[in-house]
Amino acid sequence: MFELLGIPPQALFGQLLLGLINGAFYAMLSLGLAVIFGLLNVINFTHGAQYMMGAFAAWMLLEWVGVPYWGALIIVPVLIGATGILLEKLFLKRLYHLDHLYGLLLTFGLALIIEGLFRKQFGSSGLPYPNPLPGGTRLDFMFLPNYRAWVVVASLVLCFGTWFMIERTKLGSYLRAAVERPDLVQAFGINVPRMITLTYGFGVGLAALAGVLAAPIYNVNPVMGSNLIIIVFAVVVIGGMGSILGAIITGFALGIIEGLTKVFYPEASNTVIFIIMAIVLMVKPAGLFGTPK
Amino acid sequence: MHNGSIELAVSELNAWYGESHILHGMQFEVNKGEVVTLLGRNGAGKTTTMKAVMGMIPSRQGSVKFEGQELIQLPSNRIAKLGLAFCPEERGIFSSLNVYENLTLPPVVKSGGMSLEDIYQIFPNLKERLKSQGTKLSGGEQQMLAIGRILRTGATLLLLDEPTEGLAPVIVQQIGAMIRLLKEKGFTILLVEQNFRFASTVADRHYVVEHGKVIDMIPNDQIDANTKKLESYLGV
Repeated sequence: MFELLGIPPQALFGQLLLGLINGAFYAMLSLGLAVIFGLLNVINFTHGAQYMMGAFAAWMLLEWVGVPYWGALIIVPVLIGATGILLEKLFLKRLYHLDHLYGLLLTFGLALIIEGLFRKQFGSSGLPYPNPLPGGTRLDFMFLPNYRAWVVVASLVLCFGTWFMIERTKLGSYLRAAVERPDLVQAFGINVPRMITLTYGFGVGLAALAGVLAAPIYNVNPVMGSNLIIIVFAVVVIGGMGSILGAIITGFALGIIEGLTKVFYPEASNTVIFIIMAIVLMVKPAGLFGTPK
Repeated sequence: MHNGSIELAVSELNAWYGESHILHGMQFEVNKGEVVTLLGRNGAGKTTTMKAVMGMIPSRQGSVKFEGQELIQLPSNRIAKLGLAFCPEERGIFSSLNVYENLTLPPVVKSGGMSLEDIYQIFPNLKERLKSQGTKLSGGEQQMLAIGRILRTGATLLLLDEPTEGLAPVIVQQIGAMIRLLKEKGFTILLVEQNFRFASTVADRHYVVEHGKVIDMIPNDQIDANTKKLESYLGV
């Protein structure tokens, strides 16, 4: 059937896998944005820079300290998450009573500063990060590299785990309730300001973890975050701001759609996500999974 | 009616919403085991008083003492931990939580709270709807959920803000019976009401609030003698 369309299955499945990988990163990053926006009411423009910092932290741990990939996978999210906690305590905390715009401006400015510092220190050509899982499996229709398979599985586990934690656990019920009525949740005896700080740390840690996962695929580059974050924001808009499940499903779906576009109409592959965004905004302004306010 | 010790003492309480000065020196006391109401018209400052006691209004001054301990500087989560619990007028049922999650949301702050089984006995409707979305319940059921969830925390002072508002008369009667039951169980209750006829069926004393301060106090056994006065206060 694929041959009928003039597309060899190798190319089709190759692009599908590439789309799935990209989708995995869209999903992980937009998930963090959704969690942060839900509770903090802040559109975290620093998210891309924090993802980049995650990749760089993995590279530094390997090159400078000799900590391998699997160690970085645990250390980096904690480390970068802690910088997020610091950032929240120093800056973001003071903006919650103001319009979204202020949080957006602050985090956008911080992203520019962080990127500039990394560019000055490491240049912009990028640094290689070795693949911790070389080799792959030859399937009937395509070659499946081990590391890429791992990334897809890891991101699915992360996304499902985060969804489960928020939608199905006691801690998650505090978070969901605090999104609706922080004042009342606090008046029940829950330390909401601390919960907000930790949530931001968690979202940032998630971005950093995505950065570690990305390092062996895309290499480590100061602008890797800003290249990705624009698409991720489109994903968030399409999925609906603040919706956890929406962020996950939209992330993966748009990665795949983008991959398929590369097969069938490569000219549109860079714009297809933004075309979808425009259409969704016209038909459902709150996003596919968002609730209109 | 009560064992005489003061559970809540509010004095010279002032509170602001932004620039507007809402409470102008509120002053009242609630004894242990008592049911006391704040009566007054819309906008008199009754809800603001409750929120200020609970620490939910950042801009507040004066003194709020619970069992002798000063609360005025404490954040609301610390106040809740001491054993005060608030049931807001708009009920505050969370739409993203189901009934069970709503019911078990407030953490237990002290021992001696009611068990879920005790709560289901008072509100049998809730037990049948545990998996429903909280806001899918009827108004009366939402009110029962809003009160039920603060009974398991071990809080000894309940602040109930207009629990009968917008409910059918038969539900209002149920709520009245429930308040009397809670009093029997030893809870101390501060009740905000606009309807003094309902208040007189449950309360020991009534404070009349106007323009952010208490202007009169009427014990419940003298309410009949003061009906005219009350009606003029409340503009009935």
